[in-house]
Amino acid sequence: MKPLALKSLAKKSYLGLIYCLLYFPILVLILYSVNNARFSLQWHGFSPRWYGELFHDRALWSAFFHSVMLGLNASIISTAVGLLACVHLFLNRSYKRRSLFAMLLLLIIIPDLVLGVALLIFFNVFLIPLGFFSLLIAHVTFSIPFVVLTINSQIHTLDPNIYFSALDLGASRHKALSKILLPMLWPAVLSAFLLCFTLSFDDVIISYFVAGPDFSILPLTIYSLVKAGVTPELNALCSITFLISMILVIIAHRLTRKSS
Amino acid sequence: MPIPLIEMKQVCKSYGTVAILNNISLTVHPGEFLTLLGPSGCGKTTLLRMISGFEQPSAGEIYINGQCVNHLPPQKRDVHTVFQSYALFPHLSVFENVAFALRCQRINNEEIDARVDDALRLVQLEAFATRSIRQLSGGQQQRVAIARAIINRPKVLLLDEPLSSLDYRLRKAMQYELKQLQKTLSMTFVFVTHDQEEALSMSDRIVIFNHGHIEQVGTPREVYETPANLHVAKFIGEANIFDIDIHGVDKQNLLTTIESTPLQCKNTGNYQAGDKVHLIVRPEDIRVWGETEVTDTEGMLPGKIIDIVYKGSTVDLKVKLPSGKIINASEFFDEDDDKLEYSPNETVWVHWVTGWEVLLPYEN
Amino acid sequence: MKIKPFSIHFIFAWVFLFGFIPLCLVVIASFLTKDHVNLVSLPLTFSNYKELFSPLFAKVFFRSLIIALMTTVCCLLLAYPFSYLLAKSKHKSVLLVLIIIPFWTSSLIRTYSLIAILKFNGILNVILLKAHLINQPLSLLYTNFAVITGLVYNLFPFMVLPIFTNMERFDFRLIEAAKDLGANKWAIFFRVFLPNTSGGIISGCLLVLLPAMTLFYIPNVLGGARSVLLGNMIQNQFLVLENWPQGAATSVILTVLLLLLLFLYRHHGKGVIH
Repeated sequence: MKPLALKSLAKKSYLGLIYCLLYFPILVLILYSVNNARFSLQWHGFSPRWYGELFHDRALWSAFFHSVMLGLNASIISTAVGLLACVHLFLNRSYKRRSLFAMLLLLIIIPDLVLGVALLIFFNVFLIPLGFFSLLIAHVTFSIPFVVLTINSQIHTLDPNIYFSALDLGASRHKALSKILLPMLWPAVLSAFLLCFTLSFDDVIISYFVAGPDFSILPLTIYSLVKAGVTPELNALCSITFLISMILVIIAHRLTRKSS
Repeated sequence: MPIPLIEMKQVCKSYGTVAILNNISLTVHPGEFLTLLGPSGCGKTTLLRMISGFEQPSAGEIYINGQCVNHLPPQKRDVHTVFQSYALFPHLSVFENVAFALRCQRINNEEIDARVDDALRLVQLEAFATRSIRQLSGGQQQRVAIARAIINRPKVLLLDEPLSSLDYRLRKAMQYELKQLQKTLSMTFVFVTHDQEEALSMSDRIVIFNHGHIEQVGTPREVYETPANLHVAKFIGEANIFDIDIHGVDKQNLLTTIESTPLQCKNTGNYQAGDKVHLIVRPEDIRVWGETEVTDTEGMLPGKIIDIVYKGSTVDLKVKLPSGKIINASEFFDEDDDKLEYSPNETVWVHWVTGWEVLLPYEN
Repeated sequence: MKIKPFSIHFIFAWVFLFGFIPLCLVVIASFLTKDHVNLVSLPLTFSNYKELFSPLFAKVFFRSLIIALMTTVCCLLLAYPFSYLLAKSKHKSVLLVLIIIPFWTSSLIRTYSLIAILKFNGILNVILLKAHLINQPLSLLYTNFAVITGLVYNLFPFMVLPIFTNMERFDFRLIEAAKDLGANKWAIFFRVFLPNTSGGIISGCLLVLLPAMTLFYIPNVLGGARSVLLGNMIQNQFLVLENWPQGAATSVILTVLLLLLLFLYRHHGKGVIH
């Protein structure tokens, strides 16, 4: 083969190899979720029965719904507050934004572990019981910086004069925001929302410290199951979760590309 | 005297310790095309924003139709703005953009249809009603922005450098169209630009700004032919500036010397002997003669041509005088001299008709 | 024209209450003493920090550091050529999404699937045996190798993204200019390309090094009980040993280390600019 073609092949092989390595464990997971055997690693034929068993597992469903509820609540709060803050900063150029961004950046930099520990101590000191609300507070806390960063980077592609010209033409502030500014921002808002939801849904470290014994969430349930041992149901559950996350990511990515 | 449409009394604006505008007092007459002219950063856009309501003056009052509007929000003022970036709503069609102001007033649909149609016809975009904004060219977006702002027939239309992003040809065409539009609607336009040529060609009156205060207010002719100070003289059009001492006064004439040549000028400012003044001559007022073309060189300055730029309808020359000073001359091709051929380093004689110069008090 | 910035005040208040105050509490707790009933109590003491100078802690700390460093180096070696190929490819956005998808899906789940691959009768061993590369299955699970593999697998995108972003902004015409001036391949790499991508390399390393020390569930899952790294240690101190002051002190040291690294990074960044 000519040296140039060889070089090109080598490059493509390297890329391909890395991608294969990245996705291989996931494929393994999905494969085993349809393997017709409980413990063996040999292929025993296709069987969707683990999905069926998964369907009947109450504890897992309960954890799943808890995670979804938690994720939705945390995302709605973070996105709403973050959006309003970004809009306000965008329209009032003179507002002191440095301190706000510094604070939010600090929150992102602090390792999850330290934040989880800190919140645990906090809840303990202020006698806040560990459960849904402690989790909600924690998830909102680590989500808000991401919302602000995501929406802020998109909002800067807009011309602030669009809002002002709406006011100029007679619209009330509320109308200018809802009819003019928000429709232009919705891809960024939606992708921030999806980002928050994914972060919340998949969070292990912080939730580990601040979840109480009564409120089960999916990642922690998976964690304890993983430590306990391999069951094919778990494979099925993980495959589904992976699929959901993948769809959400693709949607979010499509949206940010559309708006830019 | 009719009440001025807009009146600004000693308006000041500063951000923190930085003063943008100092003691601005200005009136805008109904039906006029007023231009705020000045270099970037001189405060003219800030003034416009104060009229439209997006900024509040730090001191002073602004009156629109006799009513003080210092605390009136922009929605309630009968003033609309055309922004430099057009600021059209990208997710709405051309029709909806133009109809926006009417929809805010909850006018019924038939009336909206009729008025939008009317407005689009005024800017020659009737066929574009259903188009999306993204499909329009720069010039077309411009017109939509204008249609959107005039549909309500505001008392005043504010235009913030609306033509600055258009190319030369389109710009010239739009200048003419805007002027026609203003006359058709008999609306008051307050126009902001940094392009003095634009200001001269469109305005009824020009306000010249510099570093936050007003240098001169006048018609285009007034500011061009009788600039109030050196800044205006240099900003509007080109100017050759001589710093001269007045040797003597002879009735209405002044006697002075430039480049060791005695010269006479009209005493337009009641100057006395011993005064120092700036003498300003516009390039088009300077006449250049080749050595062979002229016999009596009294009152003329000698010089050498150091640069020749052919511009189609004119020839621009740079002439170096014996002292080293370089002046600009602009000669038109016309019946008197249709050849206008010069060579570099050619020795020439320059002069101007007495009275065509402008005298200004000396500034340091 | 002032809109009451309720949302901004809300964020300030929230971050102060649930971010700043908890962190202060950690620092305070690190100076208190362990208590069976209340978890923390007076007297104030430095003993928690003294403990950190003990050989046990040093062992854990250095072990974590070494594993984190090895993880970082592996990630760097894999990610650097990968990012380069990505930056020069024509299908950038598709390839990027393909990297981001695993990035945002639960890393716990992906780590879990590594068990099936690495275990004694796992897929890797099966493949190696079948290919006659080894005679006996390798005992890979519950070793440092497994932990590093898990960390590299999870943190790889964190190394790729900064380096890729940096390379995307690199003006490849510089390479043409260098060629024009007569430089050979090695010179171009070491004198033109590498220095200009150093920013991305450093960001990537920082983004990998610190999580590599604090992601406790990966060593937990893949390393078993033997693998105690810094993250596990803190987790242990809080939830198993219930020695909150000790755990707090360890966390404080970790954070200080992090801030130190960041400070050095900014300093280096400023130096590069000048």
